[in-house]
Amino acid sequence: MNFSLARTSLIAEADLVGISGERAVCDPRGVLYFPDLRLLAVSDLHLEKGSSLARRGTLIPPYDTGATLLRLQAVISDYQPSIVISLGDSFHDGGGAQRMHASFRERLETLMAGRDWFWVAGNHDPEAPADLPGETVRELAIGSLLFRHEPSKQRVEGEIAGHLHPCARIVQQGRSVRRRCFAGDGGRMIMPAFGAYTGSLNVLDRAYAGLFRLDTLMAYMLGAQRIFAISGSMLRPG
Amino acid sequence: MTVEPRLAEQNAAVALPEPFLRWFGEKGWSPRAHQIELLAKAQAGQSVLLIAPTGAGKTLAGFLPSLTELANRPKRKPGQARRGIHTLYISPLKALAVDIERNLGKPVEEIGLPVTIETRTGDTPAHKRQRQKLVPPGILLTTPEQLALLIAAGDAKRFFEDLRYVVLDELHSLVTSKRGHLLALGLARLRSFVPALQTIGLSATVAEPDELRRWLVSQNPPKGSTGSDMAELIVVTGGAKPEISILDSEERVPWAGHSARYATPEIYREIKRHKTTLLFVNTRSQAELLFQELWRVNEDTLPIALHHGSLDVAQRRRVEKAMGENALRAIVATSTLDLGIDWGDVDLVVHVGAPKGASRLAQRIGRANHRMDEPSKAILIPANRFEVLECRAALDANYLGAQDTPPLIDGGLDVLAQHVLGCACGAPFRADDLFNEVRTAAPYAGLDRPTFDRVIDFVATGGYALKNYERYARIRLNKDGFWRVSNPRVAQQYRLNVGTIIEVPALNVRYIKAGGKGVASRGGRVLGKIEEAFLETLTHGDTFMFAGKVLRFEGIRENECFVSNAPGSDAKVPYYGGGKFPLSTYLAEQVRIMLDDPQRWKKLPEQVADWLRFQADKSVLPKRDDLLIETFPRGNRHYLVAYPFEGRLAHQTLGMLLTRRLDRAGARPLGFVATDYALAIWSLGDMSAMFKARKPSLGALFDQDMLGDDLEAWLADSWLLKRTFRNCALISGLIEKRHPGQEKSGRQVTVSTDLIYDVLRSHEPDHILLQATRADAATGLLDVSRLADMLSRIQGRIVHKALEQISPLAVPIMLEIGKMPVNGEADETLLMDAATLVEEAMGPGMAEE
Repeated sequence: MNFSLARTSLIAEADLVGISGERAVCDPRGVLYFPDLRLLAVSDLHLEKGSSLARRGTLIPPYDTGATLLRLQAVISDYQPSIVISLGDSFHDGGGAQRMHASFRERLETLMAGRDWFWVAGNHDPEAPADLPGETVRELAIGSLLFRHEPSKQRVEGEIAGHLHPCARIVQQGRSVRRRCFAGDGGRMIMPAFGAYTGSLNVLDRAYAGLFRLDTLMAYMLGAQRIFAISGSMLRPG
Repeated sequence: MTVEPRLAEQNAAVALPEPFLRWFGEKGWSPRAHQIELLAKAQAGQSVLLIAPTGAGKTLAGFLPSLTELANRPKRKPGQARRGIHTLYISPLKALAVDIERNLGKPVEEIGLPVTIETRTGDTPAHKRQRQKLVPPGILLTTPEQLALLIAAGDAKRFFEDLRYVVLDELHSLVTSKRGHLLALGLARLRSFVPALQTIGLSATVAEPDELRRWLVSQNPPKGSTGSDMAELIVVTGGAKPEISILDSEERVPWAGHSARYATPEIYREIKRHKTTLLFVNTRSQAELLFQELWRVNEDTLPIALHHGSLDVAQRRRVEKAMGENALRAIVATSTLDLGIDWGDVDLVVHVGAPKGASRLAQRIGRANHRMDEPSKAILIPANRFEVLECRAALDANYLGAQDTPPLIDGGLDVLAQHVLGCACGAPFRADDLFNEVRTAAPYAGLDRPTFDRVIDFVATGGYALKNYERYARIRLNKDGFWRVSNPRVAQQYRLNVGTIIEVPALNVRYIKAGGKGVASRGGRVLGKIEEAFLETLTHGDTFMFAGKVLRFEGIRENECFVSNAPGSDAKVPYYGGGKFPLSTYLAEQVRIMLDDPQRWKKLPEQVADWLRFQADKSVLPKRDDLLIETFPRGNRHYLVAYPFEGRLAHQTLGMLLTRRLDRAGARPLGFVATDYALAIWSLGDMSAMFKARKPSLGALFDQDMLGDDLEAWLADSWLLKRTFRNCALISGLIEKRHPGQEKSGRQVTVSTDLIYDVLRSHEPDHILLQATRADAATGLLDVSRLADMLSRIQGRIVHKALEQISPLAVPIMLEIGKMPVNGEADETLLMDAATLVEEAMGPGMAEE
């Protein structure tokens, strides 16, 4: 396979996951990268969640946007994608982009420069983010892939979605480990939330009912350095 | 101490009004000297600390000043304004307040005093609370949290304007926690409402009475004031010496473990021999296990009950009631029954497991035979061999009257933040005034102004370097120099989050029928609550012990865990987050002294003394100030066992730090396990050879500098620090507590404190909340301060024994390996195991389809 990448060495053949015929890297930092398309997808950034909660009296540290953008910067500089898709809920609420500190806005615009950047509309941010470049779309089809925020109720081959913030849990030796994960069954993939203040919901929760073929469900749990591919039958609810 | 009748009568004539003297006379009693002395001092306008053993009439003493004053108070004339609260009584336990209401009500009625006594706790219905605001009782019995709520109300100043006395019960137990900090701040507030306010502290014996004396009165008095910065002290010594013995079991005392299962038949025999036996254990899981074991041998079906903090309240109240009516023969209990609640005729206290502190032992034994001139009877049941040593040491300490209550620590900044917001909810304040007021509280006497200002800033806008939240401020500084809450919602939020008790997330345990509709069915009664963390390790069909039953886990729905009766009696035992006390510094030293002195082994059971002799033969016993370190190979691994006797928390921290250092030195450590007595580390590398070659030397390995960078680096990611941060975040009001009803609105909605911690640590490591977290960790979960003391003590005093095989002393801790999970640190390894399993089962490549 011929990778025309800045850092081909990042990708080992064995780390590639198939989604509807396309091959992608599930990066342990929580982004999905399609080397053949030079496309990077990231979901549920929830920028300005801190200030959103602060408006309602919970004064959690205002550094989440900065932290999230720093991590995003790191993966973008590693993969140098030509297309970036932010898969919805990029901002925690409609006013988020306006509230963003000037320094963070600058950082974000630097990241966007020179790439095709798509804001997929999410339930938290249905409108285009104010005064930011990039194209806002409801959904986006590229090759055999369909990018949208909320997974559709019917099975759609090649759908990449976010929204649910999947995590998975296993129990070993009487101990429980819960991690964010990519959840996929070979046909559909739901991405973990990327934002610094985003929580997660177990893939076995009712909210995922009917989304996956259970016999081929895999949770790609995020480790510190690598992904751990765990078969659906080993997962625990809660 | 016996009362000298003449002295008592003389004083009594001076201080006691006639109806009181008549009452004492009718009862055939005379007031005790300390009761009269306390009354005299209080009438002279002084605050008093009364230290007395259980059964000395402490409660009556504490209330005498109030009762005599209320008895003499002229009747309110029609048309006169209603009087406010006269006396506030604060105790750490709701149950204690209820108990006092009963015990105090009796003499008040018999003497015929026109005094109203009411309780106000979390259980008090809203209409009653409202009425109390309108028609305040003379004496209000309450808890620290309720006081915080009362002073955060807009009418606080008026409500307390007639307040004369604050009686603080079980003061020794109140002051050592963050509840104590909050209470101290509340007292400071009350003193600012009523400068002449007097306090009366009631306490069991403590190591440093002066700390409590300062705690009771205003510190940093303004210039020119004449008040003392210590309350008057009255100490009642004596009481009959308790008869304490250590069970000299005919059975073999196990090497390790905490169940003391071996002694069940012998315990049962003692229960049969006595009227009512109180059985104390250190953890709730031990309580469950002991209860099960006792019922297994309970051929006579004696009424034996179980009492611990996770059980349903109604269940607990039933047990307490039965106990008061002397309907029970034995009660298995944890610390929920520790404090001086006066129930029934307990004639034997059995302490299962080591007491962990000499003072705690004395307190628990005080529960037997609540009359101080008769000896209490107690039996200690060590669960393993080290506990035999510890029990012996505790026993000797008790006879010596030794005390090892922990030293008081500086007030938490998270608690201060909560209090500042509470004050603002009550009334606008000036920073200068509040600063001076706060510094009158002993835990905050040393607070500096810049720190205080940072706390105010934190309360207002979060106190971040990045000034992003000015427009969302919770309190604002107005032009007149007063801070005010920015909107009424803030006060509402405050009221829901008041207090410093953070409960571990727990789920209701509810009965359903076995084989029924599972979690889909409606369910039966609630048995109590169990920590979420434990339930997460269960799968459908697993069995565990709870509420004295063996239960089958059926599933979880929302915030309830469904269980059914399990057939058979084998079960996983629940572990609980709370309830494990570390070995006290004092007792640890006593154990070391005993190990060093073969003469004292004679008092130990023969099998234990033999064990120590074997150790002396095969290895060596540490001298009292030495640290013994043994290394030996076993299987294909190498082991290091150290015996610092500094308690599990300090050992755990030491284990983390040593493992990092050994890793750097190339020893390839694999894991460690810590108990109250020892620490074991295992590795692939040959540590004996490494220490012999001084690469590294043991001196360098145990150097105090590990508390610098290594500690910082490890702490950064430690789950312990995250848990501590969570507590600080909740107490300080950064985030809100979870409340029943609004729980589990979905994990993806709430912001976990772990995430906040990560973000804050990397962007503003000096933030005041991180400062508070580190201060807590130093004394709390990590016990860094104790570790630091130990490291400086053992410098140049490390004794290394390189052995061919495991030593007798090492056996107990080696048995713990594999039994105790090392929290949080090995997550990735577990994932690895699971991933490997998948690869094995499915073959390579399958993972990517």
